[in-house]
Formats: sequence, structure tokens, C-alpha cells
Amino acid sequence: MVTLNHYLLVSGLLFALGFAGVLFRRNLIIIFMSLEMMLNAANLSLVAFSRFNGTNGLPDYNGQMLVFFIITVAAAEVAVGLAIIVALYRARQTTHVEDINTLKF
Amino acid sequence: MSIVPLVLIVLFAPLASAALIALFTKRSGTVSAGISVAAVLISLAASIGVFLAPGSTTPAIQLPWLDFGAEFSIPIGFTVDQLSQTMMLVVTSVGTLIHLYSLAYMADDDGKGRYFGALSLFMFSMLGIVFADNFVMMFIFWELVGVSSYLLIGHWYHRSAPPAAANKAFMANRIGDFGFMLGILLIWVTTHSITFGGIAENVSALSASSSLATFAALAIFCGTVGKSAQFPLHVWLPDAMEGPTPVSALIHAATMVAAGVYMLARVFFVLEIAPCAMTVISWIGGITALMAALIATQQNDIKRILAYSTLSQLGYMVMAIGLVAKEAAMAHLITHAFFKALLFLGSGAVIYACHHEQNIWKMGGLKKLPITAATFAIGTLALMGIPFFSGFYTKDAILIAAEGSPLYYVGLFAAFLTAFYMTRLYVVVFLGKTRTEEAAHAHEVPLLMSGPLVLLAIPSVIAGYGFFLHRLQPMHEHAASHTPVIASVTAILGVLAGFILYRGRDRDPLYIEPFAKKFWFDELYAKLIAFTQDLLATFSAFLDRWVIGFGTRILASATWGAGFALRLLQFGNLQGYAVLFGAGVILLLYYVIF
Amino acid sequence: MSAILFWVFSILMLGFGLSVILQRNPVASALSLVASFLGLAALYVTLNAYFIGIIQILVYAGAVMVLFLFIIMLLDLKAEARRKLNPAGLIGGGIVVFLFITQLLAVLGRYGPGQRTLPPLEGRIDDVREVGTMLFSNYNLPFQLVGVLILVATIGVVILSKRELK
Repeated sequence: MVTLNHYLLVSGLLFALGFAGVLFRRNLIIIFMSLEMMLNAANLSLVAFSRFNGTNGLPDYNGQMLVFFIITVAAAEVAVGLAIIVALYRARQTTHVEDINTLKF
Repeated sequence: MSIVPLVLIVLFAPLASAALIALFTKRSGTVSAGISVAAVLISLAASIGVFLAPGSTTPAIQLPWLDFGAEFSIPIGFTVDQLSQTMMLVVTSVGTLIHLYSLAYMADDDGKGRYFGALSLFMFSMLGIVFADNFVMMFIFWELVGVSSYLLIGHWYHRSAPPAAANKAFMANRIGDFGFMLGILLIWVTTHSITFGGIAENVSALSASSSLATFAALAIFCGTVGKSAQFPLHVWLPDAMEGPTPVSALIHAATMVAAGVYMLARVFFVLEIAPCAMTVISWIGGITALMAALIATQQNDIKRILAYSTLSQLGYMVMAIGLVAKEAAMAHLITHAFFKALLFLGSGAVIYACHHEQNIWKMGGLKKLPITAATFAIGTLALMGIPFFSGFYTKDAILIAAEGSPLYYVGLFAAFLTAFYMTRLYVVVFLGKTRTEEAAHAHEVPLLMSGPLVLLAIPSVIAGYGFFLHRLQPMHEHAASHTPVIASVTAILGVLAGFILYRGRDRDPLYIEPFAKKFWFDELYAKLIAFTQDLLATFSAFLDRWVIGFGTRILASATWGAGFALRLLQFGNLQGYAVLFGAGVILLLYYVIF
Repeated sequence: MSAILFWVFSILMLGFGLSVILQRNPVASALSLVASFLGLAALYVTLNAYFIGIIQILVYAGAVMVLFLFIIMLLDLKAEARRKLNPAGLIGGGIVVFLFITQLLAVLGRYGPGQRTLPPLEGRIDDVREVGTMLFSNYNLPFQLVGVLILVATIGVVILSKRELK
């Protein structure tokens, strides 16, 4: 039987994968994609909770509302973030994250 | 008729004059002079009215001023008893004569307006001291006379010496006033009253502890040491001669310096209960009298000689107070006011006639100025204590009070010296041949100057007589005593010594360095002050650099160090930051959940 | 039945997720992510969240990933060349991830309410209607705000990608 904990475990593992991607990959675009994976992990948790906490034979739709908004905001964020990366690429001719290190002491 | 309005006129006419001059007429010398002289004449008239009004003993005018409860209330009060009436009359009469004299002496001065304004301010302040009925009021007016004295000594401020002398006078006064204020506060706290009447009632609270009484009395006496130029704060009075001669006459001979003695007489009931303090007071007076007389024998500036003579006589007065002879001290104060003012005005006439020459060895043969020479002689005889002149009676009273104490011999020796140096002065200045061109061309001074001289000569003779003094100040009956004879003989010996040594000389045959150099007091004080200031400066520098500076430097270093350490976190590597984020989140989770 | 579906799609999703972070070619990474999202959408459907599942495919896989691919093509990113690996960074990151997973397992181990199974549902779930009703009544304000947010993002993107006017 699939319990809530299973879903939460899967969500957590997805989040860990995303986090590992942020930490270990060098390409800015890949890092950004890993970020999106982390967001989606959170969405999965929310939907799982929404389903498992349902009352009166219906899921609790508040969780799904939040997911809706998260997806929207994530989309906007991706747009803006990619615009920034493009601008950065135009300025530095690189998307390698180690080359972007002038903001240090 | 109530004398209250008259008293108020006496006190406030000079203030009105000073205010008018300060605000409106300072630039016009003649107008200011006129206002000032008019004010002092009004004051004199009113004071004669007060004096003659019948049954006038002690109406105190009292208005509440600061009132914070029964114990902490300072009234404005005037007391018009016999002591203050006497003093008032002396101050206004001498003041009037000096105002008239100044009209001629300062006729060509540029700062005439300033001068008369300060002079009016002085009259107001001095009369305030005379009428004050509580310590705080007296202290306020005490400081005001100090201010007037400062303004007047430094009148010719374009020269370098007068401002320095004015500063010196003020500072010496302030040092004395510090002790004075301590004494006032002590008495206030102990007797719970600030008015003289109230303190007199509660004086037993002070006498309860003898050390308390002694300390309070000595602290009060500090004010006199400063104001009346006693040893060791005597150094300002000779330097104050940098001011115009009428100022020296009024302030530094007749009235302000006498304020110290007057104050002691006023609060005599506080001093009476502290016999140790009285001994100290009398000895300080005696030492001052002797020391000043010694120095005077070797001075060559006519005003300096008279200044040291004033110091000496003030020493006599203080000595008298210390010997529980308050009436003798006040009597001597009164006679001294008249003949010393006369002597100073006479010296002013001499200086004026010789075109502002002050060295006695550049004068001579000035007996051709008849009025000046004659009145100066009268003043000298009074000062020396020759019988039938006023000084004789009052100085004798003091010596009689000193009988039985070593101070008797101190007083006698000082009397001998007084006669000696005054004879020296008279012989060198007035007798013999003229020594310089200026002296040869000298002629008698105008009426405005010689008139006051004559008018002052009269009380210099008669002010000592019994009926006169009894009206002003009741005195003890003298027990039969040999002192008058001994004192007269001593004086005559001094005169003879002076004649023998100085008749017909062109230079001083004696040179006794300690006397000529004023016992090196000024040099000593200068070194002392320099030493103290250096010490303070070194200490402050140390504090600043090592205590405060240390703290500041530590703060600065700490901030710098923290910054240096923290900036290592900014390594510029994005993923490094992400690792730190993750670590932080994990720690937080651990803390919250487990 | 549903258990099998759950496991299949979970493994799919996690496997392609792993592929995202391990591939060197960015295009391959992007396509792996698309596949991962598809698995995720399937998981949503197993949770009876049909609307969200469809939205996931439409918005994420359909729009966001297309944008990613677009940018990758635009910038003409090549496969990542091998560079010197930074041991300190690797170890630090490894520790962090490891600790995270450990904590996750520990939390789930003691999470009691997580052990229940799917509660039963009644009748047909018309979740589009439910979601819509809730969206336009309870969450009306956030809805409007998100609209404004998207507008602002659009303007921002346009400005950010302008070239300098010479």
C-alpha cells in the first residue's frame, strides 16, 4: 500500500537531486534547471498532502491552490532568470559559474 | 517718614546711571560723566537723608526672591543698621569726591564714557555689599565689585600691563571666593538660614562643634584674604595700580578692599565662636601689615608705595578683627578711607603735574604746588598716626587691642616703618630740589582736582575725634594705657629716620633686595602655576592617549579584525554559497526537529 | 494496481532527474527534465489531482522547458568540458546532500500521520470545477496579484534582453 510517507520520500529524493545539481554542476543553465526540479519536488509534497488530508470524500484543495500559484510564479521566475543569464552571457561570453566571481573580497 | 525709598535711591541711582551709560551714552564721554556725577550726588544726598533720619536703626527690607521651602529661601533684603549707615556715608562721600576729581583727571581720556559707566557700576555694587542682609546677596555684590574693579583696572586696555593686572586681580579674588563660598554653604547648612539675622539666632548650631566653627570662620575669611589682599593673596593690589589714579583711590584704597573687613564685621558673631580662627586671622593681618611695610620702604613708584601702604593698613584692620576689636577695625577703616583717598588723589595730582611721571626719584621740590603739598602732608601725618590727626586714634585703638600679644610689637614695628617710608616719600617728592625738567615745570592742578583734596583733608584730621566716632561707631572706653605715648614716639622716630636718610639725596642710599623684589612672591606664584599646569597637562595627555585613546583604538581594531575575518566569507563562488545555504538549512532542521 | 503505477512513475521521475544532473550535454539535460516532469504529472494523476497534472505538462513541460531549450540553442552552449574538480567543494557538497537525505529519512521515520493510506473518495471528482471555484472565490486576490506579477515579469524580461542602443 502506498502511504503518504512514500510520496514524501519521493518528493524529498527529488529535492535532494535538485540540490545536488545546484551544488555540483558548473553550467548556469543546468543549475537553473536543477532549481526547477527542487520547486517541483515541493509541489509534489503539497499535492500529496492535499490528497491525504481530504475531508468529506474530497481532497483539501487549498494545497492544490498553492501548487497552482507556485507553478505560475516559477514560470515567471524562469523567464526573468533566463533573461538575466542571457544578459550575463552577452557581457561575459560564458555561462560557466566559476568564471563569474568578481564579487569577492 | 520711612527711609525705605531713600535707601532705594541711594542704591539704585548709580545703577540707573550705569545702565544709561552702557546702553546709550557710552560714546559721548562728557554726557556719561555728567550722568555719573549726577547719580552719585543724588546718592550722597539720599544717604545723608538716611543718616539724619531719626530712629533709624534696623528696618530690614525683605522681598522673597528664590523660595523653595523654609530652609532654602533666599530673600532680597537690605539692612540699614548703624554699621551699614556709616559705611554708606563713607562710600558715597568719598565716591562723590572722586567722581568730581575724575572729571578733571580723565578729561582727555578717550574711554571716558566707559570709565564713568564702570565707576557707577562700582558704586552700585559697593552699596549693595553695604546694604546686603544675607550672604547670597552679599556674595553677588561681592562678585560685582570684582567685575567693576576688573573693568576699571584694565581701563587702558591698549597697553599690555593693565589687562594682565586686571586678570590677576580677578583671579586672586576668585581664589578667595572659593573659600568664601564654602564657608557660606557650610553656615547655611548648619544654621538653616541665609540671612545675617537668622544666622545670628542659630549660631549655636555652629558653635556646637569647634572644628566646624573654626572651619566655617576660616572659610569666610578666605573671602577677605582675596578681596582685602591679605597674605598670601596680596599680589594683586600693587599691580592694580595700573588703573587710573582715581580708581586706585576709590576702589583700592577706600572702599572695595575695605569690603573684606566690613564683611567680617558684619558676621562677627560667626567669628567670635571660633577662637582658633581668630588667632589665625589676627596673625595673617599682622604678617600682612609687617610684610607690606617692609616692601614699601624700597619701592620707587609713588603709587606702589601707597599701594603697599594700603596693604599694610588693611593688615592692621584684619588684625584688629582677629583680636576681637571689631569697633577698632571699623573705625580705622573709616579714617583710612579718608586719608588714603586723599593720599592717592594727591599722588594723582603730582603725577598729573609732572606729566604722568610716577618715579619719585624723578620728582622733587614739588612743595611749590601749595594745595597738593599741604593736603598730602595732612594725609601723611594721619597715616603715620601722629597725635591730633585721625589715624592716631584709630591706630591706637588697634594697638591697645593687641596689648599682651606678640602682635603688639609687630604692630609697633609696622608703625615705625610706616612713618619711615611715608617720610621718605614726602621728602623725596616734595622737598629738596627738582630733579627733572617735568618737575621743574610743574604747576598746581585745577580746582576740580584740588577741591576734593581739601575736602578730604578735613575728615583726615577730625574723623578720629571722640564725638565724631561715637556718633558713627560706639567704641570701648580706653583703659588707661601707655600705648598712645609709645605709638607716638615710635612714629616720630620713624619720621626722624626718614629725614636723616633721605634729606637732600638724589638716589636711594639703601638697597635691600628682598624688600625691593617684593619677597619674590610674583615669581614664586608664576612658577607654582606653571608647574601645576604642566602637571595637569601631562596627566590629561596621558588620559587622552592611553585611557580614552586605548579604548577607541581597541574598538577600531576589533571592528577592523572582524571585517577582515568576515570578508573571507565573500569568496565569490556561487556554489560555495549554495553549500553554505544548505548547511545552514540542515542545522536549522536539526535544531527544530530533533 | 495503483501501487505499481506509483512505483513505475516514481522511478521514472527519479531516474530522469538523475540524468539531468549527470548529463554533460545541456540539451540532453533539458530533455531529461521534460521526461521527469512527465513522470511527475503522472504522479499527480495518481493522486487524483487531474487539473494540476495537466497544468504541469502544459506549463512546465510545454512552456518552461521549451524556453530553456530555446535559450540553450540561442546561446549555443556546448557540452561542458572537463575541468579540474575542486575537492573541497565536492566533499562539502557531498556532506551536505548526504546529511539532508539522512535527515529526510529520520523525519519520515517518525512521522506518524504519514502512515495512512489513501482516504476514499466519493463519486466523480470534478476537480476543475472545485479548483476553479476556490480560485475565484477564496483566492481571488492572489490570483489578481499573480496576474500583475506576470505582467511585471514580462516587462522585466523585455527590458533585460534589450541590447544597448548604440
